[in-house]
Amino acid sequence: MIAELGQFALIMALLAAISQSILPLIGAERLDSRLMAFGSHASLVQLLFVILAFGCLTQAYIVSDFTLLNVAENSHSTKPLLYKISGVWGNHEGSMLLWVLILALFGAAVAAFGRNLPVTLKARVLAIQAMIGVGFLTFLIFTSNPFTRLLVPPENGQDLNPLLQDPGLAFHPPMLYVGYVGFSVAFSFAIAALIEGKVDAAWARWVRPWTLTAWIFLTGGIALGSWWAYYELGWGGWWFWDPVENVSFMPWLMGTALLHSAVVVEKRNSLKVWTILLAILTFSLSLIGTFIVRSGLLTSVHAFAVNPERGIFILILLAIAIGGSLTLFALKAPALKSGGMFSPISREGGLLLNNLLLSTACATVFLGTLYPLFMEALGGGRVSIGPPFYNKTFIPVMVPLFFLVCIGAYLPWKRADLVGVLKRLKYAGLAALLALLIAWYISDGGPLLAILGLGMATWMLLGTLSEWADRIKLFRAPLAKSWQRAKNLPGSSWGMTLAHGGLAIAIIGMISTTAWKVEDVAVLKPGETLSVAGTDYRFDGVKEITGPNYSAVEGTFNVSQDGVYMATLKPEKRLYTVKRMPTTEAAIYSTFVGDYYAVIGDPDGKGGWTVRIYREPLVTWIWFGCTLMVFGGLVSLADRRLRVGAPADKRKKKKVREAEA
Amino acid sequence: MRGFILSTTILFTLIASIGIASISLVQAVEPDEVLDNPILEARAREISKEVRCLVCQNEPIDSSNAELAKELRIVVRERLVAGDSDDDVKDYLSSRYGDFVLFRPPFKASTFLLWFGPLLVLAIGIIGIIFFFRGNRTQKIAAPLSAEEQNKLQQLLQDGQEPPQKLNSDNKGEAS
Amino acid sequence: MSAKRKVIFALPLLITVVIFGYFFWALTKPGRDPKILPSVLIDKPAPEFDLKALDGLNVPGFARSDLISNGKISVVNIFASWCIPCLAEHPDMMKLGQRDDINLYGINYRDKPEDGLAWLNKNGNPYHRVGRDPKTRAGIDWGVYGVPETFIVDATGTIRYKHVGPLNTGDLEGTILPIIDSLQTQ
Repeated sequence: MIAELGQFALIMALLAAISQSILPLIGAERLDSRLMAFGSHASLVQLLFVILAFGCLTQAYIVSDFTLLNVAENSHSTKPLLYKISGVWGNHEGSMLLWVLILALFGAAVAAFGRNLPVTLKARVLAIQAMIGVGFLTFLIFTSNPFTRLLVPPENGQDLNPLLQDPGLAFHPPMLYVGYVGFSVAFSFAIAALIEGKVDAAWARWVRPWTLTAWIFLTGGIALGSWWAYYELGWGGWWFWDPVENVSFMPWLMGTALLHSAVVVEKRNSLKVWTILLAILTFSLSLIGTFIVRSGLLTSVHAFAVNPERGIFILILLAIAIGGSLTLFALKAPALKSGGMFSPISREGGLLLNNLLLSTACATVFLGTLYPLFMEALGGGRVSIGPPFYNKTFIPVMVPLFFLVCIGAYLPWKRADLVGVLKRLKYAGLAALLALLIAWYISDGGPLLAILGLGMATWMLLGTLSEWADRIKLFRAPLAKSWQRAKNLPGSSWGMTLAHGGLAIAIIGMISTTAWKVEDVAVLKPGETLSVAGTDYRFDGVKEITGPNYSAVEGTFNVSQDGVYMATLKPEKRLYTVKRMPTTEAAIYSTFVGDYYAVIGDPDGKGGWTVRIYREPLVTWIWFGCTLMVFGGLVSLADRRLRVGAPADKRKKKKVREAEA
Repeated sequence: MRGFILSTTILFTLIASIGIASISLVQAVEPDEVLDNPILEARAREISKEVRCLVCQNEPIDSSNAELAKELRIVVRERLVAGDSDDDVKDYLSSRYGDFVLFRPPFKASTFLLWFGPLLVLAIGIIGIIFFFRGNRTQKIAAPLSAEEQNKLQQLLQDGQEPPQKLNSDNKGEAS
Repeated sequence: MSAKRKVIFALPLLITVVIFGYFFWALTKPGRDPKILPSVLIDKPAPEFDLKALDGLNVPGFARSDLISNGKISVVNIFASWCIPCLAEHPDMMKLGQRDDINLYGINYRDKPEDGLAWLNKNGNPYHRVGRDPKTRAGIDWGVYGVPETFIVDATGTIRYKHVGPLNTGDLEGTILPIIDSLQTQ
C-alpha cells in the first residue's frame, strides 16, 4: 500500500509541476497576480508530494519490502540500517528520486525566501524551475519508476554493491546533488531574465546566494567524493580524472566562474550577457553530467547500471532544456543593455581573466571527457584520456589563475595600479620564494615542478593573507583597532579570504601527496616489521571477524617511529556474503603532516601475508583546504542573506558602524 | 517469447559474471613481481600507471586487481629487463590493444584538436576579451573627439538612466 | 554587423547542437558498447606463437604456421574452464567444429592444463587443434582481454574479424558464417 501511495504522490507532484510551469508564466504575461502567486503554492505542493514519495521509498527500504523490485535488487534484510537508508539513493531510480526531491526543495525555497522578489520575475523563475521538474518527474515515472512491484517477491534482496556500503554513500551523493541541482535556480533566474529582457544589479544580488549555496554543496560533495575514493581501494585515489569525476568538476569550474562574474554584474552592472550564459552553461553541465553517468555513454569506475532507452529519454530532455535555453539566449541576449566600462587592469578585469581561465579549464576537461566519443564517431578508433593528458593541459591553465588570485583580490574597481599592488605583495613574494627554497632543500632537489608548485601555492596563501591583513590594518594600527576592523569586515570579504586560502592549502596537499608519496609492498609473517619512510610497521598477525553481512580477515599493525608507538592499524579484507564479492578496507592513521595507510592482501600459503603500506604526506590538507572553502562560502552566504533580506536595514547598520569607527 | 526472455536473462547473467570472474583477491603490484633493479622497477611503475586495465572500468594496471593487469605488469617488466625503452614498451602494448590501452592519448592528426583544443579556447577567449576592451576604449576615445558626442555622453552620465544605446552600436561598428 | 553579432550569440547553441548530435549518434548506433574494444589487429597478420598441446587430449597444439598451412580459413577461439560464458557458446562451437572446410582452433587461456582438459572432456572438444596458454602470453599478442573471444583468420594468416564475448546462434549465423563464406569465395 505504501508503494502505491508513493506512486500516487509522484503523479500528483508531476501534476503540480505541470500547472506550476504554465499558470505563473501566463500570469506574468498578463500581470495577473493570482496566477503568479499560484507558482508559490504549487511549488510547495510539489515539494510535499515528492517528500511523501521519498518517504515511502525510504520506508520500503527500512522494512525491507522485497515486493518492490528496487528494494529487492539493491537491499538485503541483514544490511545495517544506515545503508538501508542511504541505499535508497545507491541506485539509479532512488538517486533520481533524490534529484527530483532536491529540485522541488530548491523550487519551494525560492518561493519561500523570495518574498521581496519582483512578482513577475518570481513567477517566471518558479515556472522555469517547474519545467525542469516536469522533465525529471516524467523521466522518473515513465522510465525509472522506483515503485515497481514484483509479482513474486524474493525471500531476500540481492544486497547493495559492497563498495557502496560505506558512510560515504550517506553524504556524498546528497551533497553533490544539492550542488548540481542548486545551479538550476541560477539557470531559472537567467531564463526568467532573458524573458523579461532585463539584467541588473538587483538580479545579480538575487542570483548570487543561490549560486553560492549550490557551489558550497558541490565543493563539499566533490571533496567528500575524493576522500571516499582515497580510502576506498580501486577507485584510483583521491582524483583520477575519471569521466564521472570530471562531470562533477565541470559544473564546479563553471559555477566558480559564475560566482565571480555575478559580482561584476552586481557591483558594476557589467558582463551581463556573459553571466547569463555562464548561468545557463553551469546548469547545462550539471544536466550533461547526470546524462553521462546514467546513459552508459562512457565507461567509468562509478557509473550506474545502464539502459539505452533511459539514455535517449534524458538526451531528449536535455536537448529541450539546453537547446531551448540557448535558443532563447541567441534571440534575446543581443538586446541586453551593456553596462559599466572598466580598464583591463582593474577588479573587473581580474575577474574577467579569472572567468577566461576557469572557462578554458572547463573546456579542457570537457574535451578530455568527451573526445574519445568524438573520435569514435569520426572513425578514429578508441582512445583513453587519463591523468597524463590533464597534467599537460589542465594544470598549465590553472597555474596562472592560482598565481593571479591574490593580485586580483588587491585590485580596486574600474582602474588599478598594478605596480602599486605588486609592491604591497612583495613580502608575500619573498616569503613564497623562501618556502620554495626550503622545499627544495628538504626534498633534496626533489621533483622541480612540485617544488615550483609549492612555491606558487605558498604565494597564493600568503598573498591572500596579506590582503586580509591589509584590510584590517594588521600591525599597522593598534591590535584592538585591527580586531575591530576584522569584526566589521563584511562576510563576503571573509569568505573570499577563507576560500582562496583554503584553495591554496588544498593545492599544497595535492602537490605534496602526488610528488612525495612513498609506498612499499612486501610479504610479512606475523612479528615481522616493514620500514617505510622512517616509520616501522610491525605486523601482529590476522584474525577472522564477522560483520553484519560480511566475513572478514583483519590484520593488525603496530605503527611506531624510532621505537615510539604511534598507532594501531587494522585493515580488513572482507567477503560480502550475499554478493560473494570481496572488498579491501584500508586502515588509515591520519595526522597533520600525513597519512599512514595500510592494506592487507593475500596470504602466501606459507604463513606470510601480502602487505601494502603507503605514506601520503600532507594528504589531509586537501580536505582541510576544501573544508575552509566550504566554510568561506558559508560565511559569505550569511552576509548575503542579511543583505538580501533587509537591504535598507543593512545600510543603516553600516552607517552606524562607520560612525563608530 | 517467455523462452526468449529467459534465455536473454541467463545470457546477461553470464556476461555479467565475466566481470565478477575477473575480480579476484589479487591486489595491485605483488611482491613477487617487483624487479630487483630499483631503477627499472621505478620505470615499470611509471609505465604501468599510464596503462589502462582493459577488463576494469577505468583503472591503471598498476593498481588493478585483475589477472590481466597482473600479466601486463609482468610483461612490462620483462620488456624493460630485455632493454626496451619506455616508449618501446608502450608501443608494444598499443600495437596489440590499440591506443585505448594508454591513458596518455597519442599525438597524431586525429588528436590535434584534443591537445590544442584548450589553447584554441584560450585564444578565442583572449580575442573576445580584446574586442570587448576595444569596444570599451573606442567609446572612451571617441567621446572627446566629437563635441556632440561629448555632450551626449555628459548628458547620459548625468541622468545615468538612459543607456548609450545608439552611441554604443555606432562605435562598435567603427571598431570592427 | 548586426547579423554578425547575432551569429556570435547563437554560437553556444550551434556548438551544443553539434555535441548533442554526437550524443545521439553514440546512443543510437546499433551494437555500440563502450565496454567492447575493437581490435587493432584486424587486417594485420596474426602474431607469432607456438602453443603446446593439452596433455591427454587427442588433438595437437598449434603455431602460427598452422594458420597458413592448409589453405583453409581458421576460426581461433579463446576459452577457459573458469569462464562461464564459454559454456554458453559451446554448443555453437560444437556445430562449427563439425565443418571440415575450416580450421577451428582453440586457445586454452589462463588455465591449468588439467582443468582445461577436464572441461573439454566433460563438454566435448569441438576444436581441431588446442594450444594451451597458461600465462596468457599468446593471448596478449592476440590482444585478448575478455574471454571468450573469437577470431577469423584467412588462409594467408591475416586476422579478418574479432568477436568479444560469447557467440550466440544469431552471431554465428548472422556474422561469423557469412564472413567465412565470403572469405572462402575470395
